[in-house]
Amino acid sequence: MTTDGITPDGIPSTASSVLVASTERFLSLYWPDIRVSLRTPPLYQVHRDSGAEFTDFGGWEMPVSYAGISTEHSAVRESVGIFDVSHMSELEVRGPDATALMNRLTTNDVRDLDPGDAQYSCILNEDGHIIDDTVVYRDPDEDAYLFVPNAGHGAQMTDRWRTHAASIDADATVTDVTDDLGLFAIQGPDAIETVDANAAGSIADVGRFSAVRTTINGVECLVARTGYTGEDGVEVFVDVDRSRELWGTFEDVQPCGLGARDTLRLEAGLLLSGQDFDPETEPRTPLEAKLGFVVDDSKNDFVGKEALSIQAETGPEELLVGIHLNGRGVPRSGYGIHHDDERIGHVTSGTMSPTLSEPIGLGYVDADYASTGTSIAVDVRGRQVPATIVGQRFLDSLVDTDETDDADETDDADESDDATHETDE
Amino acid sequence: MDHEIPTDRRYAESHEWVHETDAEGVLRIGISDFAQDELGDIVFAELPREGETFDRGDQFAVVESIKAVSDIYLPVSGTIEAVNEAITDQPELINEDPHGDGWLVEIRTDDDVDHLLTAEEYEEQI
Repeated sequence: MTTDGITPDGIPSTASSVLVASTERFLSLYWPDIRVSLRTPPLYQVHRDSGAEFTDFGGWEMPVSYAGISTEHSAVRESVGIFDVSHMSELEVRGPDATALMNRLTTNDVRDLDPGDAQYSCILNEDGHIIDDTVVYRDPDEDAYLFVPNAGHGAQMTDRWRTHAASIDADATVTDVTDDLGLFAIQGPDAIETVDANAAGSIADVGRFSAVRTTINGVECLVARTGYTGEDGVEVFVDVDRSRELWGTFEDVQPCGLGARDTLRLEAGLLLSGQDFDPETEPRTPLEAKLGFVVDDSKNDFVGKEALSIQAETGPEELLVGIHLNGRGVPRSGYGIHHDDERIGHVTSGTMSPTLSEPIGLGYVDADYASTGTSIAVDVRGRQVPATIVGQRFLDSLVDTDETDDADETDDADESDDATHETDE
Repeated sequence: MDHEIPTDRRYAESHEWVHETDAEGVLRIGISDFAQDELGDIVFAELPREGETFDRGDQFAVVESIKAVSDIYLPVSGTIEAVNEAITDQPELINEDPHGDGWLVEIRTDDDVDHLLTAEEYEEQI
């Protein structure tokens, strides 16, 4: 047998020595050629010792699974799981013009944030295409913002922020703190209880999309009620030197890798940077990606605003949709989507949903065919498999997010009826 | 991790196994324990139809796990005599019992299996 990791551009790349290589290539392919010297998370050896399999993702060698994707996925849907997501980038922005700078370079309005609040947001280029998505945290105690771009984007964003600050003469200090922080996600219906059993303060009292500074088992950390699974839970930022203590506190919790992280986020209809949008390989505006609810076009100029305004007048030509396969097969990134023999779009993410045991996916189709209920076909290696356009939130049981409610009002081009996005981190 | 490598059959370098059946000239084919473990949770199998003919080395089936798609190749040429319908509904059988209930097809062939690896040789490879 030969195994193909599914590439985001849909071109299966075949390895000679199949299986092992494929596992490593899984999920990793849109970051070309950084594998010369992969970065490793602070707890790399801990994960290796616990038998994790690894994958190259965003220039990092990260655990892809411990006990198997299905087992880890179920733990998060049914009880609780913990993820090491220290590969995510973290940038700190301070100074008198920090707010102005953040508002120029992200689509949401950081002025809506009280201390300790978080918001989901997009970072656009001048064409209005999403370079990355992020969660912006306003520090609970200090006059500063922390934002979390995706893995491998730290240096690029630091450069972008600094260059832009210089160009508008903004007095702001931008620091890449990725290497200073460990980041762990504890997710699932039992997550809050699990954290509260070890935390000094009550996390149950912290609202969704809010963060507090507290201690967990004596370790100082920033605990945010955010996540990327569709479940309740937290993300914990901790001094890198205390990472091991923090992880060890939750040694009875199922460790989960990037494999389950991907299936969980997909069932929740959350987008993956570099795959469901990418400035090079999948250039998409927030309107096309149904992320209009994080665009606050009432604020002053921001990078990409003009392009979005133009697109909002006519409406996007293509829209993100959820896909449910009605026949046998699994939709995979790059597979064509057809309607009456006409190609109307393509899949960007797909899997066999571990929760539903049904094949599901995300993709972009011609806006004329984007309505829920439209019958389509997905080209699964030459077979036209009947499918239906569905809401991108595949499970009914997912947590609601307070964060998106008010932001949604500003979004007049967003045709999504499911303002359900949580943090993408 | 240790993997089962039954000594009653031959293996291809590409991780398929071939086992004799009671019927003369009919071989049963599946993927190895090592292969299923590397793939992880298998969620879908696309199998050929009975009566289809293939040459040695042809891709004859596709097995998908949550994370990857794998082409499966025939170590011998011949005609598909039977397909394991059970794995259509329960592809996880390939994970649970790769050398037994998780078999893929039976093929009628004139080929011998001398070109394939013994269990010992296969173990050295993986």
